[in-house]
Amino acid sequence: MEKDTDKNILSEATGGEYKYGFVTDIDTHVIPKGLDEGVIRYISSIKGEPEWLLRFRLKAYEHWKSLKVPEWAHLNIPPIDFNDISYYAAPKQKEGPKSMDEVDPELRKTFDKLGISLEEQMRLSGVAVDAVMDSVSVKTTYKERLAELGVIFCSISEAVRDYPDLVKKYLGTVVPYTDNFYAALNSAVFSDGSFVYIPKGVRCPMELSTYFRINAADTGQFERTLIVADDDAYVSYLEGCTAPMRDENQLHAAIVEIVVEDHATVKYSTVQNWYPGDKDGKGGIYNFVTKRGLCRGDFSKLSWTQVETGSAITWKYPSCVLAGDNSVGEFYSVALTNNYQQADTGTKMIHLGRDTRSTIVSKGISAGHSQNSYRGLVRVAPKAVNSRNYTQCDSLLLSDTSGAHTFPYIDVRNDSSVVEHEATTSKINEEQIFYCNQRGISTEDAIGLIVNGYAKEVLTKLPMEFAVEAQKLLQVSLEGSIG
Amino acid sequence: MSSINQYIDLYNQYRHRIEAAAPAALNALRPAAMAALEGKRMPAKGDENYEISDLEAMYAPDYGINIDRLNVIADTDEPFRCDVPNLSTNLYYIVNDMHRGSNQAKLPDGVIVTSLRDADATGIINKHYGKIAPIDNPQVALNTLLVQDGTLVYVPAGVIVDKPIQLVNLLRAEGALMTNRRVLIVVEAGAQVKMLVCDHTQSIDTDFLNTQVVEAYVGEGATFDLYDLEEASEKTCRISSTWIRQEAGSNVLINGITLTNGTTRNDFHIDINGQHAETRLSGMAIASGRQLVDNHTFIGHNASYCHSNEMFKYVLDDEAVGAFTGKILVSPDCPRTEAYQSNRNICASPRAKMYTKPQLEIYTDDVKCGHGATVGQLDQDAMFYMQTRGISCQEARTLLMQAFMSDIIDSVRLEALRDRLRHLVEKRFAGTLAQCRSCSVAQSCHTKIKKK
Repeated sequence: MEKDTDKNILSEATGGEYKYGFVTDIDTHVIPKGLDEGVIRYISSIKGEPEWLLRFRLKAYEHWKSLKVPEWAHLNIPPIDFNDISYYAAPKQKEGPKSMDEVDPELRKTFDKLGISLEEQMRLSGVAVDAVMDSVSVKTTYKERLAELGVIFCSISEAVRDYPDLVKKYLGTVVPYTDNFYAALNSAVFSDGSFVYIPKGVRCPMELSTYFRINAADTGQFERTLIVADDDAYVSYLEGCTAPMRDENQLHAAIVEIVVEDHATVKYSTVQNWYPGDKDGKGGIYNFVTKRGLCRGDFSKLSWTQVETGSAITWKYPSCVLAGDNSVGEFYSVALTNNYQQADTGTKMIHLGRDTRSTIVSKGISAGHSQNSYRGLVRVAPKAVNSRNYTQCDSLLLSDTSGAHTFPYIDVRNDSSVVEHEATTSKINEEQIFYCNQRGISTEDAIGLIVNGYAKEVLTKLPMEFAVEAQKLLQVSLEGSIG
Repeated sequence: MSSINQYIDLYNQYRHRIEAAAPAALNALRPAAMAALEGKRMPAKGDENYEISDLEAMYAPDYGINIDRLNVIADTDEPFRCDVPNLSTNLYYIVNDMHRGSNQAKLPDGVIVTSLRDADATGIINKHYGKIAPIDNPQVALNTLLVQDGTLVYVPAGVIVDKPIQLVNLLRAEGALMTNRRVLIVVEAGAQVKMLVCDHTQSIDTDFLNTQVVEAYVGEGATFDLYDLEEASEKTCRISSTWIRQEAGSNVLINGITLTNGTTRNDFHIDINGQHAETRLSGMAIASGRQLVDNHTFIGHNASYCHSNEMFKYVLDDEAVGAFTGKILVSPDCPRTEAYQSNRNICASPRAKMYTKPQLEIYTDDVKCGHGATVGQLDQDAMFYMQTRGISCQEARTLLMQAFMSDIIDSVRLEALRDRLRHLVEKRFAGTLAQCRSCSVAQSCHTKIKKK
């Protein structure tokens, strides 16, 4: 095989276009750029929030002002002017559509184009969807059927209004506003997001899903998701996201908090496909997200699965605090970077309870001029006796100008726990390609086969609907004729 | 206020006396060191790569410095008690930070082992001193500012030194003492040399801050082995940094072994600058009590077709704390690089702590790199198996731990040293190292010295 041909196929394979870059022409209410106390009070008042939440926001804002932008990540982040962002944008429509017919047709078309047909979803797939456009939740489907079981699935604004006690009890308990720079910013200005509560003993009968869409220009998206699984409950939650193609960068700083009680299980899956910028690295979303789950109860389980293909810069470490005895944390990730994308992503597993277990499987794929880093922490506290962690993080390099980096942090403080970490970095094995060629499989197909096989361990962890989408996404991002 | 300030003040106050007792080559770099230190602080706990070592705190106490180079009496004429039997070496002593000559050494023609104060070697020193260790590193800068003596090892091109060169660092003082040692090693193209450097503390009740900077230049096709063995006292705080530059086709083996210590911070920084070079970096630490061992490593692959293999192992008992932070960096345009890094640890007591951070940073695609880290315990099935066959629990433990360390010991390319290390490790695990034959003599040495 000629080396040049190989290179061409690889570059073709990695040169796919972004499909979701359209802008919806919809009447949007955007507040002026800038951030001060007035803006926060205004956001709070539009949403008709109670006094305690306003106080929470203001405290977070005060704290945020004292913080500096974190610079420790292996990322090159151009300076962000936080006063050049509009902190609230909402598609104009009547408050709370009662049925599908009341949802703005443009909006429905948007979500149809994204493949998230709210009606289709409702009729066929049995997935309850909360669609969030810019700063507000547009429509949540299947609410009534879920309500019969006592499952609450609504936008966080509605939850603040309808279930203030629950929100007040859990908001900020897993990710306090003091956690980090972007968490403080989000706590001050968060606009919407999803709220899920699964009562004791209930197994949520369908997948819950939120689709995030940035549409308006010059805005940031700051959503906040709160999921609470009470004793013996089970829920599988999916999250997807897209944004239009624009030359300027847009900031997305979200928080996801999850509380898992005794014997409960939460499965959180993400397919992240924010606009990654063009092939020269222009534009794209800055995805700076704080995601953390607290396995508070004994035998509780939290599983994160993520497929990261979008965003110009990703800074994200979905974490598990394993406080309950015998609790389990899992993290499965495929992160693909192309062109000039940068990703510094990984997880934290904090073992506090005894006999806790965690598994980390991270697969990085770097193409073009991108930089892809895995950063993970495994901490075993003195009282977390008999804990077990297994970490595997592999990197695949598809071009000689890309970078793959691994930064694991392991901190063990007792003598009965076992922590294992292993990582490999390599390019696609030429022998494997040769083997495929021998059997009549073209090099292009072989690369597709190998990349898919490489990511399979993670993709199989996704719920079926998402696995199909994720596979397609990998194909698009590595377009040529892979797969 | 930074702990550096007291050293800057000391230098400013005694500048003439420090410089008067040191050669010109060492004095020439002091202004640059001073500039690098001004307004800086030492890395403190929590800084990246200093998660458990607080250099600020380690440099903070008020240690004495032997500015006027007063001669310390040490029994170096007699063969050192803790030497390696059956290993014939070219033996040199460094008492605190003062290089002593050797009566027994027989070196091939052209090979130089001498003090950095030796006027005859000025040419070599000027050419290489301060060229490999970067002055903007605060540890290097402080050493450069205060250093007055050290050792030069020079092996000219093509010369093979059969007999290993052994440097024995003796720490001996009545009151708290800081030592600033500098070692400059130049192995020219095609030359071969093996070095054994061991640290021993003779005054076990004295607080020492034992700092050293080692610079090594390994020329094209040269082979260089460095075994750095620490058998100090619990009151010794060691801050060592080793900087190595490898040229094409060179072969370097570094083995850092910590058997007895108080607080240890070792930095190993290797730059591979030529193609087809090979590096093997290994290390082990056996720590108990409240010992702290922190190894930081960096291997920079700056050329293609190079191979590096790194392996560090720790066994931590009691309240010992271990840390390993290592990085392999493969620069762009370095195809066909193979780099492996591994760190395996055993926490043998509930209060022992291990912190590890093996890192890979790779900027080119045609590489095979891997790393792994584990923290665990002895295999309970193996323990049970041995006990069912009449081997006591303690003995089984020792056997397993020895087996655990065996691949580090096996990497040693000196048979006699390998045997000696096996013996020392066995004694260390049995908890009888302090009473071993040679060291019990050394212990009586200590008492004798004190009486003097």
